[in-house]
Amino acid sequence: MSTREAALAATRFGLGARPGELDAIAGDPRGWLLAQLEPQRPPDPELQGLPPSSVILASLAEQRRASEDGRKALREAQRDAYRGDVSVRCKVAARTDAPFRERLVAFWSNHFTVSAERREVLGLAGAHEREAVRPHAVGRFEDMLVASTRHPAMLAYLDQFKSIGPNSLAGARSGRGLNENLARELLELHTLGVDGGYGQPDVEALAQILTGWSFERRPGRSRRMGDEEVTGRYGFEPRMHEPGTKELLGAYYPGNGEEDGLAALSALAAHPSTAEHVATKLVRHFVADEPPPAAVERVASAFRDSDGDLGVTAAAVVEAPEAWAQGSGKVKTPYDLVLSSARLLGYTDDGRPLAESMGHFGQAPFRAPSPQGWSDRAADWIHPQGVLDRIEWARDVAEASVERIGDVADLAHGALGPLLSRRTLRALRSAAEPTTALALLLASPEFHRR
Amino acid sequence: MIRPTRRRVLQGLLGTAGALSLAPTLARAATPDDRRFVLLVLRGGMDGLGAIPAHGDPDYREARGAAALPQPGQQDGVVDLDGQFGLHPALGGLLPMWERGHLAIVHATSLPYGARSHFDAQDLLENGTDRPFGAATGWLNRALSASGAPVTAMAMGRGVPLVLRGPSPVTAADPLREQRLGPDLLERIEDLYRGDPLLEPALRAGLRTQDMLATARTSTRLRRADTESAAGVIGGLIAHAEGPRVAVLELSGWDTHTSQDRVLGRQLEAVAGALTGLQEAMGAVWGRTLVLAVSEFGRTVAANGTGGTDHGTAGAVLLAGGAVAGGEVFGRWPGLARRQLVAERDLAATTDLRSVFKGVLAGHLGVREGPLEDDVFPGSREAPPLEGLVRG
Repeated sequence: MSTREAALAATRFGLGARPGELDAIAGDPRGWLLAQLEPQRPPDPELQGLPPSSVILASLAEQRRASEDGRKALREAQRDAYRGDVSVRCKVAARTDAPFRERLVAFWSNHFTVSAERREVLGLAGAHEREAVRPHAVGRFEDMLVASTRHPAMLAYLDQFKSIGPNSLAGARSGRGLNENLARELLELHTLGVDGGYGQPDVEALAQILTGWSFERRPGRSRRMGDEEVTGRYGFEPRMHEPGTKELLGAYYPGNGEEDGLAALSALAAHPSTAEHVATKLVRHFVADEPPPAAVERVASAFRDSDGDLGVTAAAVVEAPEAWAQGSGKVKTPYDLVLSSARLLGYTDDGRPLAESMGHFGQAPFRAPSPQGWSDRAADWIHPQGVLDRIEWARDVAEASVERIGDVADLAHGALGPLLSRRTLRALRSAAEPTTALALLLASPEFHRR
Repeated sequence: MIRPTRRRVLQGLLGTAGALSLAPTLARAATPDDRRFVLLVLRGGMDGLGAIPAHGDPDYREARGAAALPQPGQQDGVVDLDGQFGLHPALGGLLPMWERGHLAIVHATSLPYGARSHFDAQDLLENGTDRPFGAATGWLNRALSASGAPVTAMAMGRGVPLVLRGPSPVTAADPLREQRLGPDLLERIEDLYRGDPLLEPALRAGLRTQDMLATARTSTRLRRADTESAAGVIGGLIAHAEGPRVAVLELSGWDTHTSQDRVLGRQLEAVAGALTGLQEAMGAVWGRTLVLAVSEFGRTVAANGTGGTDHGTAGAVLLAGGAVAGGEVFGRWPGLARRQLVAERDLAATTDLRSVFKGVLAGHLGVREGPLEDDVFPGSREAPPLEGLVRG
């Protein structure tokens, strides 16, 4: 039983087992998972080597100013930053010994999607995950919410930086107004959820409350109003803030500038619908496309009772008996498939080929098609072309990797343990060549599930 | 290590910067009279006034400035249609379709949206509501659900565009890629997948589509790696008895901020090629086909300082196919005098683009008014279906 638990821990909660990992965790698979929720755990040193968003922004501004074809140089610089971030991120995930923690980072990063499909965000999307999501992945939800909402990537992605209160100083002068994009997604996607009990007046109220949450402006050399340097870092801009009292979800916000925004986010984080929404998504992600209500309730309670402690909440998912049941039917997304293959084959080199493979399947890192992020449902990934793509890819990977590995059946046992079916094992053993056997393993039904 | 190689039947389609990308998405539905519908999404904001110049408008030349085309009869001049409107010379290949009554245009049409953002406007173009990100599904998928008959939708290309996302199941395949799996591996995989509720049906459907595509490929004379040939393959698939009934193709590269005369010409050649390619491949089925080419917004009337145009508001829509009541430019022309433009820069819209969609869905695919107003285009009462686009 414990080896089956170990296989489930590594597959359903992790990113697939590396060689020898199942044996290492067989003693206490749940303990192995819970240990990864340790808040003080230092991030992979490779991540430390990446530049913070302030540095990225400064270099982007420099590119645009310095070169003659500023726009082109800027795009190149953004692409470089994107590629660098993505490459490291995939490498880290492939070699991590805390894959559950990495799954949680990826989950929250997807929850607070910023997408490089929007050109302005290209260079910053990775920084958003590193700076706003990762540090809070087992911390407090509210802290992650604030960090994400204020991050330059999010301010740009959802047009918040240019949202102006119509009656604010800047509004009265320029005639420009509110942009509701961030406010709407905060309510619909990040906190309460689409059926969480808010209406259009709440969207408007939140948009008004958040005016001023923008890019920092520093006085330019002339110190005249209007001649300012936008640093690209978050800064509260009082001149853009809508004055007056706003009513959001039945509570009144008196017009206290930045404080109102923080208070509003706090209220949203504590709203009962948020617990429900977050729990549903977590259970859907780890347990089943149709989240079992008992598991959702357990996780929602943990979130509520711990005041949004994401470590406690994650632990509740681990403790849910439904998570360990047979045949949850969760399917690996391309992200999971590529990384679990890399881990299976002991791949620890440059992450770029991994990212390219994900892109080949339509899941390029940080390029979700909309603020909703990547789907967590099987039907969106397992479709006729998707299956053919996966099989072809499995064959290509097998051809490239077969020399590095030993016996494929042993590899299969090492990766899947008791999850490996007799039928697949027979197929592996009867394959004429190791390449075919490895391709079969990577394309097997067990390997496409998590 | 994990670097896939993709050999394509038609090399070079995506080769150069700014080149066209054709990623078709297909859906099979039981349609009235076994009709076919193809939605061609032109991403980037096509210059409608460039594609369909209003050369007969007295203000045309002055308003367009450097973007004005030579008059009909002159070298590289407009191909006249009806004295008031014409075709960009790169669309000249469509003149026979116009003359046969298989080509129609709706001009001065746009979404109920004026903020000129690609991101938002493309989402709005596909979601069918009255605001960007108003729905996570697309109007075409919702229309297929409303049609009542069981729908198995096949999506081709890398992803399923929003317009085809939703409750009707959509599958994916890429018609330009040959399936390269050896028979031995395939047989073993089929063995492994037997009884798997997800993988087995998906694999079977994928292989069936590949077979149909292989047939379509051999029957299309692949002269060059161009859009026309690609369209031919897709046309062959759609016309196939077991093929899909509804398709979505995507062509990007329309964001002509600079060097419009060169770029727009190339883009429009590809559209003409796509339409004639489809027509040729579909044979008799063309008679009951409707192709609708739309873009998220049009462009500024006047040229900018870099030989191009910037994001605008109203643009033009093309309809092609035997099912079209063609030979006509629909919509009321608002004029090009400065006071007639939006913010003194954009062509004004006199037809809501949703009216065009509704007219096509109702007239060609038989989608009933109730579902059309309630599910497919919620909040669109002010945009009644545009009548007269569909023959019969």
